[in-house]
Amino acid sequence: MTIAKAVNSGLRRAMEDDPKVLVMGEDVGKLGGVFRVTDGLQKDFGEDRVIDTPLAESGIVGTAIGLALRGFRPVAEIQFDGFIYPAYDQIVSQLAKMGYRSAGSVRLPVVIRVPYGGGIGAVEHHSESPEAYFAHTAGLRVVTCSTPADAYWMIQDAIASDDPVMFFEPKRRYWDKGDVDVDGGSDRAPLHRARVVRPGSQVTVAAYGPMVKTALQAAEAAAQEGKDVEVIDLRSLSPLDVDAVEESVRRTGRLVTVHEAPVFLGLGAELAARVTERCFYSLEAPVLRVGGFHIPYPPSRVEEEYLPDLDRVLDAVDRSLAF
Amino acid sequence: MTDSVVGTRTVRHDGPELVQLLTPEGERVEHPEYSDYAAHLGPEDLRGFYRDLVLVRRVDAEATALQRQGELGLWASLLGQEAAQIGSGRATRPQDYVFPTYREHGVAWCRGVDPVTLLGLYRGVNLGGWDPHQNHFQLYTIVIGAQTLHATGYAMGVQRDGAVGTGDPDRDTAVIAYFGDGATSQGDVNEAFVFAAVTNAPVVFFCQNNQWAISEPNERQTRVPLYQRASGFGFPGVRVDGNDVLAVYAVTKAALDRARSGDGPMFIEAFTYRMGAHTTSDDPTRYRIAAEVEEWKLKDPIARLKAYLSRGGHADAEFFDAVDAESDEIATHVRSGCLALPDPEPESMFDHVYADPHPLLEEEREWFRGYHASFAAGEEVAR
Repeated sequence: MTIAKAVNSGLRRAMEDDPKVLVMGEDVGKLGGVFRVTDGLQKDFGEDRVIDTPLAESGIVGTAIGLALRGFRPVAEIQFDGFIYPAYDQIVSQLAKMGYRSAGSVRLPVVIRVPYGGGIGAVEHHSESPEAYFAHTAGLRVVTCSTPADAYWMIQDAIASDDPVMFFEPKRRYWDKGDVDVDGGSDRAPLHRARVVRPGSQVTVAAYGPMVKTALQAAEAAAQEGKDVEVIDLRSLSPLDVDAVEESVRRTGRLVTVHEAPVFLGLGAELAARVTERCFYSLEAPVLRVGGFHIPYPPSRVEEEYLPDLDRVLDAVDRSLAF
Repeated sequence: MTDSVVGTRTVRHDGPELVQLLTPEGERVEHPEYSDYAAHLGPEDLRGFYRDLVLVRRVDAEATALQRQGELGLWASLLGQEAAQIGSGRATRPQDYVFPTYREHGVAWCRGVDPVTLLGLYRGVNLGGWDPHQNHFQLYTIVIGAQTLHATGYAMGVQRDGAVGTGDPDRDTAVIAYFGDGATSQGDVNEAFVFAAVTNAPVVFFCQNNQWAISEPNERQTRVPLYQRASGFGFPGVRVDGNDVLAVYAVTKAALDRARSGDGPMFIEAFTYRMGAHTTSDDPTRYRIAAEVEEWKLKDPIARLKAYLSRGGHADAEFFDAVDAESDEIATHVRSGCLALPDPEPESMFDHVYADPHPLLEEEREWFRGYHASFAAGEEVAR
């Protein structure tokens, strides 16, 4: 099934398992969401559990908090990455902190789904990668999937978590297909764990979300040139599974981080600093970062120049190996 | 509405739209729509209101004094707003749920929250700290207006639980959100109005219009009386004399009853006045004139209820003395309770950030623990 369908199936299963799970957002009902991720849910679970909200992002998150206080487990959709900013206060000041402020007597099991990233030829505010803002905020968990199997299981694990979870969905990969073992076999990993998606011995490439596929393609191309690249799908950005990356870098001696978001102060910078601290004597080269530029997301006609592609990743791999 | 110019600004006075059951002189008056909601209140109830008003004013005075003595980092005084808070707070039922700002000490009192509990945030020993579910009184909210959305969402949850319009007075539940006049300019408050209106959520929006958002007068927030805004969102709005505890009680009871029965949200503008500073960090003499404060002193919520109780023979000197004595006791309780609030253990700052373990946080906690232990080890060596 596709990633979009996998999220849909995961939501459906969570709603079947727990009557307290609600889905809410703009156009999530009859339309099934602008990406059809919530397709059919309102038909089967009713308007009280699949709520078409007014067009107000702060309102969506703020009322989700209230619903969680009443004992529900809302899954709120922010229609596009670039529309999340009006909800920023509710997410970082309210959702993230209420558990802490109440000394643990309140828990807010709210999931916020955000289709994110570029590569679909959209107009402005529809292609951003705001994940670092949220990973920087204590109290939130931030995760992102890159395969249908992860999409299916991670959305359910996010809903089951008693912490608020920012669930970033790589929208340009919504239609990528893959097998999903709905019985929960080998393809289910804990929500906060990274995963080695391609073993290798010479360079570690750590990516997440939409860039995992790009990293795998780069590794494939590198293999044809005799270079053995290991690819890690980080999956969770907060907490960041530094242990998994450390273990890999101790073997390969090299690390390249890849994400669509701007390189400056991005997740790659955090990973570079932590891995350098832990693996200083194992590193054969400085940690290199591949990502977006320090510009607003550009017009779609040039987005292919902005987005890291296979060649940009390969270039970094080559530079790393050249040290 | 009659307006008069005081200094450089226009003060709106009580007009025909202002619901009042007790005049500033303490005369009982009737209101065609709201008298019924206070009709069941007897002298004992009114004496109870009086006691509440006096005690919360004393709690507030003591907290202000504690701040001046350096025991609290900050305090947000409710002086002048006692009737708005006690009247509305007493109209709630146990199953109702309150979403306050940071000034609702009187409402907290009505919900059974120990006043000392409120001091933790202001003393800096916690960030609120109480369990909101215990008294159905949410944590204080500093970011202006954010709680109105939480209240609305909670009310949407009440609907989904089927706890609206059943006719069972112990089951039907309403939610009340408090905010100030400044908050009505916030996007969140307006979004809360939209969500509440279109979902018909059982939520009452209780605006204490105390005329000032720190230094900015009401005229900086609105060109129309605030209660009139509600009609644009599709639910009723009413302006009540916020210094008249009886009228506030009646209007709030009506609104809560309406919400509980499934008739949806309502907006209450309690027309009142912040007699003191915004917080202890503020200096109102920089932006408002003494004449305005003097004018509002004549509308004092406690004096008018006392006048009514005395004149009607509903309370005697013995009663008033007893309340005064009780207020001395509560002041002592607040003082000793404040001084007894323990500073948190430094390591506890890592507690409760997440419900489930978070490796990064645990790593930092371990580092912090080890760092402190290293000093202890050093001291051992020095000996």
